[in-house]
Amino acid sequence: MQFPISSSPFTPRNNSISRVMLHVLYALLPVTAIHSYLFGYGLLIQLLLAVSTALVTESLCLLLRKRAIKPALYDLSAVLSAVLLALAIPSIAPWWVIVSGMVFAIGIGKQVYGGLGYNPFNPAMVGYVFLLISFPLQMSLWQESSNALSLSDSLAIIFANGSVLDGISGATLLDGVKTQLSTGLSLIDIKMLPVDERLNLIPFAYCVGGLWLLHKKIIQWQIPTALILGLCLPATLAYLIDSRQFSSPIFHLVSGATFCAAFFIATDPVTAATSNKGRWIYAGLIGCLIYIIRTWGGYPEGVAFAVLLANLAAPSIDIYTRSKIR
Amino acid sequence: MAAITQLKHFSGGLTLAAHKQPSNILDSGIPNELIYPLLQRADCYAQPIVKTGDAVLKGQLIAHAGSALSTPIHAASSGVIKEIAAHLIAHPSGLTDLCIVISTDGLDTALEPEPCIDYQSESISDLRTKIQQAGIVGLGGAVFPTAKKLAAPQKIDTLIINAAECEPYISCDESLILAHAEQLIQGVLILQYITQAEQCIIALEESMPQAFQALQKATQKEAIQLIRVPEIYPTGGEKQLIQVLTGKKIPAQSLPAEQGMLCQNIGTAYAVYQAIILGVPLTERIITVTGKGIQHSQNIQAKIGTPIKHLIAECQGYTNDVQRLIMGGSMMGIALSSDEIAVTKATNCILALSSEELAAQTQEMPCIRCGDCANVCPVELLPQQLYWYGRSQQLEQCLDYRLLDCIECGCCDIVCPSQIPLVQLFRAIKGEHTIKQQQTAQADLAKIRYQNRQTRFANAEQEKKDKAAKRQAAIDKMKAAAAAKKANKPD
Ligand code: SF4
Ligand code: SF4
Repeated sequence: MQFPISSSPFTPRNNSISRVMLHVLYALLPVTAIHSYLFGYGLLIQLLLAVSTALVTESLCLLLRKRAIKPALYDLSAVLSAVLLALAIPSIAPWWVIVSGMVFAIGIGKQVYGGLGYNPFNPAMVGYVFLLISFPLQMSLWQESSNALSLSDSLAIIFANGSVLDGISGATLLDGVKTQLSTGLSLIDIKMLPVDERLNLIPFAYCVGGLWLLHKKIIQWQIPTALILGLCLPATLAYLIDSRQFSSPIFHLVSGATFCAAFFIATDPVTAATSNKGRWIYAGLIGCLIYIIRTWGGYPEGVAFAVLLANLAAPSIDIYTRSKIR
Repeated sequence: MAAITQLKHFSGGLTLAAHKQPSNILDSGIPNELIYPLLQRADCYAQPIVKTGDAVLKGQLIAHAGSALSTPIHAASSGVIKEIAAHLIAHPSGLTDLCIVISTDGLDTALEPEPCIDYQSESISDLRTKIQQAGIVGLGGAVFPTAKKLAAPQKIDTLIINAAECEPYISCDESLILAHAEQLIQGVLILQYITQAEQCIIALEESMPQAFQALQKATQKEAIQLIRVPEIYPTGGEKQLIQVLTGKKIPAQSLPAEQGMLCQNIGTAYAVYQAIILGVPLTERIITVTGKGIQHSQNIQAKIGTPIKHLIAECQGYTNDVQRLIMGGSMMGIALSSDEIAVTKATNCILALSSEELAAQTQEMPCIRCGDCANVCPVELLPQQLYWYGRSQQLEQCLDYRLLDCIECGCCDIVCPSQIPLVQLFRAIKGEHTIKQQQTAQADLAKIRYQNRQTRFANAEQEKKDKAAKRQAAIDKMKAAAAAKKANKPD
């Protein structure tokens, strides 16, 4: 009897990109649930917009590049970028914000470089920074959690150009941003302080998802640890020196997108350093940069810039941390 | 060396589904034909000493070793030499090569064996010669001539008997232990006597409790240490096992003997017992025939040279869904194009995989630099880097990243989320490297030949010139003498 031949190993593979991406998406479920509970339907609508825009953009780009569409869509990497960007922007931002952000993230942040695996920058962060620079006003429409929005209100706000905005968005936050560049550090601190105790649930939810990913061995512990250390060490030092001018390390940990960055953004393998030593440096750098940008930079939240800068440094980090060969 | 109390780890490795079911050993019976490839290892051919039409007996020598890294071949049953001709052999690229084919007569008439009761009365070198003449090779799959390995110039203090059958599906060693524990321990003792090792360890996997008991019983009176190693693939790799047992890393281009250690497979120990005590050469071995593509999985005592289809028939044939025929385990085996191919001394397993067990054809995606491959590599390579350089044909860089140390275990391959066929690529680059090396060697040889010729020519030329000069000188001398004579001659 004749048989076809092929190369070993013959053992079925137990891993795929879509499996990895799917796990990360599962790990984002807690934060999605809590966010929706606190703020209403806004996030869900943004998610829907983001995912559909991402898939359409990805397909069009692949069509233009004459590449197979199906495997790229099924790997779920575009969906993950979409979910991360939707979580990063204000959930009451008008629809064209997320749509344009997503087109930019997938088109310029990913496909221009050759698609998944070749992009030097984290696509979601590329999209975020693009939005932050292009639409600073819309990107600072943070909603107060005291009034979770109904479906019809959310739809009206997102699709009706924000005409009903005034009633629900936090005045302090808006003011804070308008005067942001001229304000002192303490004011930024005030702005970043969770207004509502319940808001602490959000970093907590990121943590739960992140720990589950660690448990499932989808991500390695080095990056989250290094990022948190990179942020907390300078924060503690500064706090010990002058606790009135610098916010506490705990504040840095739970505020903003620290845990999201540590578990979900910096752990993107494509744009991180590859060796374990390199990953310590890479994520430590992100942590430090977050601290520096939050404390002295022009923007209150530094995650996106910090990640992009570290992305830029990753290839060099890889070269200098090359494990000894031969 | 101190007795081993605590086990270490090698980096990486995987826990795989075992798929093992050791069974009683079935005797395979006599196939109509026995086929013996002359190719023993890469580039090592045995020299046939029989010709078509010769009658042979079971155990009779039919081919000499030919070279130091080759081994002699013996007939596994009686019959007539049918031909010495090209046949398909078990090789990854589906080669045909010269084989001795025996038509068996079904009588299984054997040569008179030369048993030996007291091996300790024989000299070590005589025992090694016997092992060499019995055609024994490492039965774990490496097929390195055992006598050659036993002749290591270094002092050996630890003999390690490898029974850590870590690859999925394979259970021939386990069933060997269950059936012949007493005898193989004798083989182990002979090996210890030959190597003069102070310490002897048998390492087997934790998942073999019955085999452990059997060995415990058989070693009661002996100073042999039994060690159970964790079930992590590839613990059965020689260097990985040494690392688990002693914590020592054996560098890639060096041998365990340089650290005073010698590893032998447990099946080899049994073959040594048969060769020395019973006085019969290696003509049979235990082979696991398994997989969901087989009706009835079995461990079979098979005659080396038996065509695979005969063994399959012993197992009631294939199932309807058989997809691949593999010699070896599911991680490192080679796919065969036909079941006409015969089993060799290296064959520990015949695996017929169904579509359910076989890795599905998948779409290769770009590398996402996740580093999973490096995390599982037991020799601490960076498969991802090898992939980048290998893909773009940068052979030098691949060698820098220690491509040649890759043991092709397949760990990186099956964890890669992008489903890149890494091992296939590594094997291809290694092949290219070998070809290049051969080419350089040939070019060097040609260069040396050319240079030799040039010098020869130059020398000849010089000689000619010298001769001519001498002759000229002689003529001149003669002329001068004649002239002088003339001048002197008074008129
Ligand atoms: S496991 Fe595959 S995808 Fe991950 S780094 Fe290695 S080669 Fe790339
Ligand atoms: S196949 Fe080679 S590179 Fe891959 S894990 Fe095994 S030894 Fe390492």
